[in-house]
Amino acid sequence: MTTDAAGLGKARASAFVLPALALIAVFLIFPALWTIYLGLTDYRLTGLAAAQPRLVGVDNYTGALADTRFHTSLWLTVLFVGGSAIAGQAVLGFTIAWILRSRRGPVRRLVEGVVLLSWILPSSVVAFLWIALLDRSGGTLNALLGTPGFAWLLDYPMLSIIVFNTWRGTAFSMMLYSAALENVPPSHLETARLAGASVPQQLRDVVFPLLRRHILTNLLLISLWTFNDFTPFLLTAGGPEGRSEILPVYVYNVALRGGSLGAGAAISFLILLINLIMALAYLRLLRGRRRSQEAAAGGPPA
Amino acid sequence: MRRVFVAALAIALTACGSSTPAGPESVTLTIAANSIEGGKNSESAAWIKKWVIPEFERTHQNVKVLFQSSGVEDEQYKTKIALDLKSRTGADVIDLDGIWVGEFAQAGYIKPLADVGGPAVDTWEGWGQIPQAVQGLGIFDGKKYALPQGTDGRVLFYNKTLFKKAGLPEPWQPTSWQEIIDAGTKLKAAGVPIPIQINAGTAMGEATTMQGALPLLAGAGAEIYADRKWAGASQAMKDVLGFYQQIYGGSGLGDPKLQQEAKGRDTSFAQFAEGKIAILAESDYFWRSVIEPKAGVAPMADRDTAVGWAKIPAKQPGAGIRGQDFVSMSGGAVRALNPFSKNGKLAWELLAFMHSAEAIKSQLAGQVRISSRDDVNAEVLTADPMLKFVAEEVLPITAYRPPLAVYPQVSTTLQEATAAIVSGQAPDAAAAAYQSKLEGLVGGAANIAG
Amino acid sequence: MTRHVLGRLAATAFIAVVIGFFTLPMLWLAAAPFDDTPTITVSIPQFTLGNFQAILDNPYAAGSIVNSLLQAGGAAVLVVVLAALAAYALSRVHVPGRDLLLYLLLLMSSVVTGTAAMVPIFELATRLGLIDTHLGVILVVSGGLLPAAIFILKDFMDETPTSYEESARVFGATPLQILRHIVIPLVRPGLSTIGVWAMASVWGGFLFQFILLRDPEKLPGSVILYTLYTEGGAPKLDLISTFSLLYSLPVVAMYLLVSQRYGFRFHGGIKR
Repeated sequence: MTTDAAGLGKARASAFVLPALALIAVFLIFPALWTIYLGLTDYRLTGLAAAQPRLVGVDNYTGALADTRFHTSLWLTVLFVGGSAIAGQAVLGFTIAWILRSRRGPVRRLVEGVVLLSWILPSSVVAFLWIALLDRSGGTLNALLGTPGFAWLLDYPMLSIIVFNTWRGTAFSMMLYSAALENVPPSHLETARLAGASVPQQLRDVVFPLLRRHILTNLLLISLWTFNDFTPFLLTAGGPEGRSEILPVYVYNVALRGGSLGAGAAISFLILLINLIMALAYLRLLRGRRRSQEAAAGGPPA
Repeated sequence: MRRVFVAALAIALTACGSSTPAGPESVTLTIAANSIEGGKNSESAAWIKKWVIPEFERTHQNVKVLFQSSGVEDEQYKTKIALDLKSRTGADVIDLDGIWVGEFAQAGYIKPLADVGGPAVDTWEGWGQIPQAVQGLGIFDGKKYALPQGTDGRVLFYNKTLFKKAGLPEPWQPTSWQEIIDAGTKLKAAGVPIPIQINAGTAMGEATTMQGALPLLAGAGAEIYADRKWAGASQAMKDVLGFYQQIYGGSGLGDPKLQQEAKGRDTSFAQFAEGKIAILAESDYFWRSVIEPKAGVAPMADRDTAVGWAKIPAKQPGAGIRGQDFVSMSGGAVRALNPFSKNGKLAWELLAFMHSAEAIKSQLAGQVRISSRDDVNAEVLTADPMLKFVAEEVLPITAYRPPLAVYPQVSTTLQEATAAIVSGQAPDAAAAAYQSKLEGLVGGAANIAG
Repeated sequence: MTRHVLGRLAATAFIAVVIGFFTLPMLWLAAAPFDDTPTITVSIPQFTLGNFQAILDNPYAAGSIVNSLLQAGGAAVLVVVLAALAAYALSRVHVPGRDLLLYLLLLMSSVVTGTAAMVPIFELATRLGLIDTHLGVILVVSGGLLPAAIFILKDFMDETPTSYEESARVFGATPLQILRHIVIPLVRPGLSTIGVWAMASVWGGFLFQFILLRDPEKLPGSVILYTLYTEGGAPKLDLISTFSLLYSLPVVAMYLLVSQRYGFRFHGGIKR
């Protein structure tokens, strides 16, 4: 796969990569390093600390790590990622892709259309849509369920944003899986079915082994995106009482609302480290699987 | 090929992005404000574009005035202005909320007006027209950093129709907190869903502090910052939290959930307009822009006959700050000069022009607001009984927030204390938690008045 | 046989639920813009087109959508072009530490695009003279989107067979020709997907657009949407709902156009 089929050569390959890398270096790596530096100061946007920021070393880090609000926020983020990205988007996306795999025509286009629409709409617009849906006094959901006055966003803030984010992001997983499912040779499934395998058995024995790489890539991407998703702020503002204050919202509240840019930068860097651990875990899974797969197939796939 | 494409894209985009350069002899001044035509504070933006700029350019031949309009959430506007000033750029005349003056001055983002605008500042005719208290909006550490644009006042709005239903008198003017509770109890008995709305909790942000915690604190005889000390978990603070508990602690007089909703304040406006809320503490903004029959966001067709207003009483008569029977809180926007302006003196001319009687009258054409100038108010406010009431009865007894950098954080802590009451904590516990957070913010117990 | 029928029934019911779940929140967008006095409640509107007149009277609304097109379109083009080049090279030539680098950049991009990097980005843009330019917005947002775009596209390129490229090379085609005439057509659905994804991401972005631009004539729709409030922060729902609808249409149209013309897929596996 990494054979140089087009005869690119190292020099030309570098020239191809360079423009992207230059842009990334200036507008991503440089600000990132600067942010790490800010995280070591007591920098604020206004007031005395804006005029003369002091180096405070790791105070911002120890402060955040000792803050129960940070712990709560981290736990809520884990729930959010587990509930909306993994259990929500990935499972729902796969199920839709699986059920639609043999269908063509208007039904498939309709389903894919509405799922994609919820992914494409701008987040500020989407926030209004969901407030209209979940509102306590005039929400559509309460009208449908006959539960007037039920405060979804206040009584079940985490559930609300988890369902919201499932709605918002399922499209990505659905598309990825439906493309991947087309690579599963129908004959394999047919053989399994003739041998009397139930659907869960077919999935376990035929589909998942073939799609492992796609599944893990998908999980990695959506976990990262969900971990850093700020949109729930537009629904609950982190409330009530911080009960839906996931980490990106926490950073926003500390850095912009509270004005402590130094502390906000430090927390962002902590988030980066947590994401790194998460990515390493996925990569380990991916490597382990690939190796066992290769061993089973008796060599690397052609 | 690729490079050419990117370069072409770059050129195309910068070309459509650049503004026409001013001629060599002409000077450009820029005004920045958090207002935008067709959006937030539309009238004010239209006034700058259609009146201030042409009029000023008419009398100043070689000056070109530009307007940088924003019209977003205050917090975001503040961020943008702070970033501009931090990198020593930005507009020459800048709109600020009065409460930001201290933190901007401490950061070196703004300088006293006279330092930028020169000696003409001190001899300006307008100073004589702006009451001392209102001037305070632009003063930090005894120096004048900005000109106040106008001010406001907080009162209790009430629905006369619901009051009649509950057999309550009209006009209504409570003289103690207990009378508010008594009225609420009667309204509740008469079937009013939400008798009292006093903003609480963190979701409402500064609206909780300004419409709830601070006027109540003033009514209990304490200021949030006085004699270089912040108000701690004093008896006055516990009284305030106790009053919140009377409303939200299970009596059914207020709706605790409404305080927690992300859009709770908007909902409270709509519910007042629908006749579901009977008593609501708000500033005159509520009257001008929310329930205004034609253009309000929650219009009430019968506003002029159905809505009454009363001063906010002290806990008991005479128990308020300075021994007052009634209290209020005020704020307001100001305009400052950019210390990094290349044309400071000219910028001051523009600023002073924007605050001349003639300019303010033109700004208020067609809408009534309380300006900073007495001469204009005397002429304009006769048109609206509510605003006249605020100018004459409320402004003399009002108080202002301390323009200090740490204030926004103190305010958040106050909001958290009221939020704790709403979610069922006892006043003593909430006050203790407030005290310990406050100590962390203001540098220890030494800076806190017990 | 019954198992099969039951399965079909369950699948149909599931599809109905999915359609319901995804459509339900969108009802407001279909009703409120046409309502005389829209509230947060979805109701059969007292039909009016007055809100559209009102939003067209807003001096910035229509122009802001053009600005969004410029900024989001520019960023999408830039991201697709740069990411395709980089992804192709990274897919075909082995660079040591390549995967690690990609993962690190991916991690960085998801964090740095948040609130904390606001000050560095702003200072950078100021020094580079990019304040108040469309180009500044495009470059800043593209920097944040590129790592994920390269990551996804590289996956695409990895899955395309190299045999065509080899034969083209035998016939003396240059690498750029091979990329343009052989690889690009093969991965076109992927490129269009990345384009739409980049565009949709920039389309809704607020913070950087807001702090980088000064002239209200250059503000994109995402910022203008947030100006449709009163001085006290109460939303003007008639304008907001109507503008939301108008402002959503271009991205939806873009998606429909692109997916019709080029296909829309998130993974390689081209059919042979």
